[in-house]
Amino acid sequence: MTRLRVLFWRWVALAILAAGVYATVVRFTKGLGAATNLSDQMPWGLWIGFDVLCGVGLAAGGFTITMAVYILHLEKLRPVVRPAVLTAFLGYLLVIVALIYDLGRPWNIWRAAVLWNPRSVMFEVAWCVMLYTTVLAVEFSPLLFDKLGWRRASRTARAAMVPLAVAGFILSTMHQSSLGSLYLILPTKLHPLWYSPLLPWLFWFSAVGAGLAMVIFESGMSARAFGRALELDVLEKLARAMAVMLGVFWFLRLWDLGHRGHLGAAFRFSGPGSFQAAMFWLEMLLLVAPAALVLSDRVRLHPQRLFAVACAVVAGFLTHRLNVSTTALAAGSRYFPSWMEIAVTLMLVTLGIVAFRFAVRHLAVFEPAQKPVRGGQTLRTAYA
Amino acid sequence: MRALLIDVPKCVGCGACVAACCEQNGLPLEDSAELAPHHYTVVRKLRTRRGEVYYRRLCMHCLDPACASVCPVGALKKTSQGPVVYDPSICMGCRYCLQACPFDVPRYEWDSRAPKLGKCSFCAERLAEGGVTACAQVCPTGATVCGERDDLLREARSRIAAEPGKYVPRIYGEREVGGTSVLYISHVPFGILGLPENLPPEPLPNFTQRALSQIPPLVGSAGLILAGLWWLTNRKHEVARKESAESAREGSR
Repeated sequence: MTRLRVLFWRWVALAILAAGVYATVVRFTKGLGAATNLSDQMPWGLWIGFDVLCGVGLAAGGFTITMAVYILHLEKLRPVVRPAVLTAFLGYLLVIVALIYDLGRPWNIWRAAVLWNPRSVMFEVAWCVMLYTTVLAVEFSPLLFDKLGWRRASRTARAAMVPLAVAGFILSTMHQSSLGSLYLILPTKLHPLWYSPLLPWLFWFSAVGAGLAMVIFESGMSARAFGRALELDVLEKLARAMAVMLGVFWFLRLWDLGHRGHLGAAFRFSGPGSFQAAMFWLEMLLLVAPAALVLSDRVRLHPQRLFAVACAVVAGFLTHRLNVSTTALAAGSRYFPSWMEIAVTLMLVTLGIVAFRFAVRHLAVFEPAQKPVRGGQTLRTAYA
Repeated sequence: MRALLIDVPKCVGCGACVAACCEQNGLPLEDSAELAPHHYTVVRKLRTRRGEVYYRRLCMHCLDPACASVCPVGALKKTSQGPVVYDPSICMGCRYCLQACPFDVPRYEWDSRAPKLGKCSFCAERLAEGGVTACAQVCPTGATVCGERDDLLREARSRIAAEPGKYVPRIYGEREVGGTSVLYISHVPFGILGLPENLPPEPLPNFTQRALSQIPPLVGSAGLILAGLWWLTNRKHEVARKESAESAREGSR
């Protein structure tokens, strides 16, 4: 039975990769028009809305956990530092790959580093991607150095963790919020349910909430895949922090809609605007209900329920980002990604999962101690 | 600062401006109502209660253009003479300009392997030599006039005043998104010409600038706060470690 299931998923992965390779060839030989459903009215589609906006957001667990452990000394969270950094690092590498697919003239990508236009949010985004990917590479490097037996390199990289955590927090905060700021220049083109001067803050809070949900999700997945015990006492703490972040997001969102007098747009259940209202409620339900449920011990301390809640938050987060990038635009309701856009996205997600599994198999991503270790001192020795 | 004045009721739809534009820019002359990478300007026909209306569409050449402000590499630039010009050699194709343009003007070569943006360049080279745009040069009725922006605003006002009740009493482009270098006066509402009526009088880059200007102080304070937090929690840990070591020593004694 299990062998059949493994075989099945292997074939699914192969089919996705084959479709993705075909789409890649079409994209780079015939151009964006042949491979995508993009248009002059809908210049950003799935690759920006999902691969970039969602990919960066779901990587937010990386900077949140490193800050909690290296700056706030929350030793209890140390067991999830490595998986969170690995996810963030892989996430950022895939974002860069997706950008190369999406940019019309990718060979000019380096020019953003040379030709400065500090008035452009895209300029800020480009610098944050470059610098934070470097930070993540160094944060991840000790795992590789240990495997190779390069002790001195490993020790040097470890010594830099505190300043790296500070840099990571600042760069990530800038990056997460700037993805929201990208849309600030569209006050007349973005639907009032999503346009807000608070977009940068909304993007930050939802990213931190979803990044924590992603850490819970992955711990659950890898516990199943590798037969490890779940660090429930750690994840329970993350779930509390996640609830706070989503609570702030929810509050800001409603306060802002009320303040700008657009709350009524959420209650248009027929005629034009009803699709947008429905998508708004889907997003709110998926992001708010879990935040409320997680406050109950019966959900937070129950592995399956906690896992389900984390999945809902990730889904709600994806809905919010896709709503901003698609639903909120007038041309958005006429856009649906081509099968080749979907194939490339699925291929990148598949490559991410394969790389994650490979790293977990061959590097010490999860702590050797399976059972939760009490007390920071013991954990610190286990890590060092 | 140069500008164009487009007087909608004066346009007879002869298409001379389109032909001149194609010749000037080496583009194929085709009959089209839609802007395209190779159609920098089009003349559209509209049937209304006031008879047939012909009007041009082209890049508005905003005074503070959203497209130029969002371009991460500065491939789009507003020149001091008025034109918003594009340099494909440094463009990386992020298409933020298409997204940001409030008039939906820029067009993209979607089917090219090295795609470029296509839009009116305001005949920047002709202006630099002291000339007028190709379209204004050939317009037989004075529906498109090229001149200094202040002069054209005065001209537009006097045209509106000369025939009371004929024109919508407003110059489109005088204040929209901080003003544009292409100005319209019309006898039919601007909205039905596809010119958005909901634009703020403030330049769109200001909406971004308000967020970007918060970054330097936020980065500074975040750095200080994080360093402080690290120091505090680190000290707490060290004190706790020392105390536990001392109590262990006393216990062994």
